[in-house]
Amino acid sequence: MILVFMEHREGKVKKSSLETLSEGKRRADELGLEVCAVLIGHEVDNLASETLPYGAAKVFVLENSLLSRYSSSGYAQALFTLAEEVKPKILLFSATAMGKDLAPRCAAKMGVSMASECTGTAVQNGSLTFIRPIYAGKAFITVGLSGIPQVATLRPNVFPLVEAQQNGGEIVKKEVAIGENQIKAQLEEIVRQEGSELDVTEAEIIISGGRGMKGAENFDLLRDLSKLLPHSAVGASRSAVDSGWIDHQHQVGQTGKTVSPNLYLAIGISGAIQHLAGMSSSKKIVAVNKDHEAPIFKVADFGVVGDLFQILPPFKEELKKVLSE
Amino acid sequence: MNIFVFVKRVPDTESKIKIAHNEARIIEEGLNFVLNPYDEYAVEEALQIREAKGGTVTVVSVGSDAATTILKKCLAMGADEAVLIKDDNPESYDGLRTARIIVQFLKNKAGDYDLLLFGKQSVGADNAQIPAMVAELMDLPQGNVVTSLEIEGSKGSVLREIEGASEKISFPLPAVVSAQKGLNEPRYETLKGIMAAKKKEIPVISLEELGLDKEAIKPQISVLKMESPPERQAGRKIEGEPQDLAKQLVQFLHEEAKVI
Ligand SMILES: Cc1cc2nc3c(=O)[nH]c(=O)nc-3n(C[C@H](O)[C@H](O)[C@H](O)COP(=O)(O)OP(=O)(O)OC[C@H]3O[C@@H](n4cnc5c(N)ncnc54)[C@H](O)[C@@H]3O)c2cc1C
Ligand SMILES: Nc1ncnc2c1ncn2[C@@H]1O[C@H](COP(=O)(O)O)[C@@H](O)[C@H]1O
Repeated sequence: MILVFMEHREGKVKKSSLETLSEGKRRADELGLEVCAVLIGHEVDNLASETLPYGAAKVFVLENSLLSRYSSSGYAQALFTLAEEVKPKILLFSATAMGKDLAPRCAAKMGVSMASECTGTAVQNGSLTFIRPIYAGKAFITVGLSGIPQVATLRPNVFPLVEAQQNGGEIVKKEVAIGENQIKAQLEEIVRQEGSELDVTEAEIIISGGRGMKGAENFDLLRDLSKLLPHSAVGASRSAVDSGWIDHQHQVGQTGKTVSPNLYLAIGISGAIQHLAGMSSSKKIVAVNKDHEAPIFKVADFGVVGDLFQILPPFKEELKKVLSE
Repeated sequence: MNIFVFVKRVPDTESKIKIAHNEARIIEEGLNFVLNPYDEYAVEEALQIREAKGGTVTVVSVGSDAATTILKKCLAMGADEAVLIKDDNPESYDGLRTARIIVQFLKNKAGDYDLLLFGKQSVGADNAQIPAMVAELMDLPQGNVVTSLEIEGSKGSVLREIEGASEKISFPLPAVVSAQKGLNEPRYETLKGIMAAKKKEIPVISLEELGLDKEAIKPQISVLKMESPPERQAGRKIEGEPQDLAKQLVQFLHEEAKVI
């Protein structure tokens, strides 16, 4: 069995978990295994039906009132208990903040090594191999994992969502035993960021500003564009973050976030190696820069040479026109 | 407060990575190695806590003799003690292996501690695994990717970064905490610190001394292939009147890239 952990927040299953389930289904078919999903929480069985279209043979719903809030140790214990029973060969997570926190804790509990933030999987000689970036995407390795289960996290926005032919999965509810002492840390509250814009790792379009933006107030130019474009987010170079123009949550690059959106717009960003490391796996890259020799143009599918302050206003107007058509 | 900080020697983020394809490893010759940037935040945090509450800060690295230079840097920043756990194995990208070595050190050699600090990720392996693995194997609470840490008595609370928000979590000590950018501003070494660090002995512990058998630290990860990312081709570049540029850009997004 390939088991896929389904993350949910605010009463919805995460899209990236469904992407992971889609990839699980694809590989399960090739390997002659079945793919199953697991949801953890309290009163979450209504979410199980959201996962059925993606081909899960079973959706396990692990219930316990102590699991109503995320807890790395509690969730790891619940997954461990299930894995003891159903013995998955492969256990997959989406590489979200929660997936990255939980997967290594689970892997260690099961005594196995794992592969982080994979951007590909492949079947080789009857077993699954994992492709993942290292050195922030300056190199890629294909690894085999000898432990069972093979544990991996898959990067969001990389694997396509695929609905399965059949939609006949079974929902299996299980009450898991968790002791209070197994909740090692308490989640007190979730503090929303101001404006609660979409996170860059989840966005399909990223509009990033660099030192060329000249000041914090000018990031409103980018926020205005983001408001026009669905599923978009505002990103930034480290220079912009270090200048205090925007919060570091928005930073893209080797010491920021690694992203692979459908479109990356680099506005007033030179394209330093640390920045490129974080965004060069974007599907399309557009750069606006007044220096026609800026290194960002070497990776851009479309380069606009000019002053961003002169280009952004007419760009916004043109965009509105096309979007309203 | 007794604090241990786990630090790794990694290639500078400016590095161009070259690959020895037939051996599936990176070519280390010519690379400049530094203290992992996230570990720098962890060291700084440890020093600030010690300055506020007393205690000792011990930095520990698992690696070859070359890791001595980053341990010296930590000492020069102000750490009290440094330990090298000597492991001459080449980079295995196997987080569990290093986690098990660290755990064995904690059980056999570390004595008492209140806080185990890590970086959120080692730049290079990019695993972001070891803190959670150590927490699990030591049966401790974890707070990962942390931008704020507060200690009060025997309790800790952190803000940890998630998508578009932060989670506030609290836990009893001892605990594992991993540092994200934004936690603090790492200090520079002082000349006095550098001089003192030069003189300081760094004890070296072998894997045998930790009592690790070969099985437990055999990598479970095999690197089958290592390759460079596909080269991106520079596309079209346009210059001219802003109005016209804006039009062409939108046309590209709409008709060619088909993203809008
Ligand atoms: C350890 C370490 C980690 C790092 N990690 C990261 C990271 O994660 N992410 C990251 O981004 N950087 C990172 N950096 C920093 C990186 O080296 C660069 O300094 C940074 O990316 C530069 O940001 P920038 O392109 O915004 O600024 P600059 O390099 O100053 O470029 C500004 C660009 O704006 C253009 N410009 C100026 N005015 C205009 C205008 N009016 N119209 C159009 N164009 C204009 C200029 O031509 C120039 O190309 C890291 C550095 C170190 C040492
Ligand atoms: N060889 C090592 N020695 C000591 N600490 C390490 C080592 N490798 C990783 N770490 C610690 O674990 C953190 C996360 O690393 P990783 O899981 O490899 O991304 C790093 O930021 C360090 O704090």
